[in-house]
Amino acid sequence: MSKPRPIYLNLVQIRLPLPGIVSILHRISGAALFLIGIPVALYALQSSLDSAAAYDRLASSFSNPVAKLVLIGLIWAYLHHLCAGIRFLLLDLHKGIELKPARQSSAVVILASLALTLIVGARLW
Amino acid sequence: MVKRVVVGAHYGSGDWLAQRITAVVMAVYTLLILGIALYNGGLDYALWQQLFAGTAFRIATLLFALALFWHAWIGVRDIWMDYIKPAGLRLTFEVLTVVVLLAYAAWLVQIMWGRA
Repeated sequence: MSKPRPIYLNLVQIRLPLPGIVSILHRISGAALFLIGIPVALYALQSSLDSAAAYDRLASSFSNPVAKLVLIGLIWAYLHHLCAGIRFLLLDLHKGIELKPARQSSAVVILASLALTLIVGARLW
Repeated sequence: MVKRVVVGAHYGSGDWLAQRITAVVMAVYTLLILGIALYNGGLDYALWQQLFAGTAFRIATLLFALALFWHAWIGVRDIWMDYIKPAGLRLTFEVLTVVVLLAYAAWLVQIMWGRA
C-alpha cells in the first residue's frame, strides 16, 4: 500500500513551473485546434479553392478585427503545439531531461512560438 | 525480478507511438508548405489552385489530414478521460468526437476531389 501523501490542490495558490505551463498550453492549444482550428481550416480551404472571387473574399475577410484575433490565436495555437510537441519528442529521446535544460527548453518553446506567430502574422497582414 | 501483472486494454503504448508518428507526419507537411511558400515568395490564388490540381499534393494533404484526425482523436479522448468522470457522458463525447472527425475527413475529400 502506498503511504498517505500530503495533498495540496489550491489552484489559486499553486504556481506551475515553466515546463508545467508549456504542458497545459499544449493541451489548451490542442483543444482549440480541434474545436475551432479544424473546421475553420476546412472552411477556408473550401473557399480558397472555389474561385478567384471566393479566394479574394476570404483574404479580405481576414482584415476584420474579430477574424484577425481568432486567426492569430489559431496560428499561435498551431505553432505552440508544434514547438512544444518537438520538445516532447526530444524529451522522449532523453534529450534535455535534467531540470535546468528542461526549464530552458520550456522558455525557448514559449518565446519561439510567440516570435513565429508575430512573423506569420506580419506576413499575413 | 519484478513480476508485474499488466491490466487494462493495452491500447496505451500503441496510442503513445501513434501520437508521435502522426506528429512527425504533420511536421513534415508543415515544412513542405512553408518551403513552397518561401520558394515562391508567398502564396497566391494561381499557385494555390495549381498545387491542389496535382494528385500528389492532394494525397499528401489527405495523409496530413488523416494523421491530424488520428492525432486529434487520441488527444481529445485523453482530455475527455481526464475531466469527464461519468462513463455514459464520456462515451457520448468520445462517440461525438469520432463522428465529427470522420465527417471532417469526408468534407476534405469532397473539397479536393468533389469538383473533379
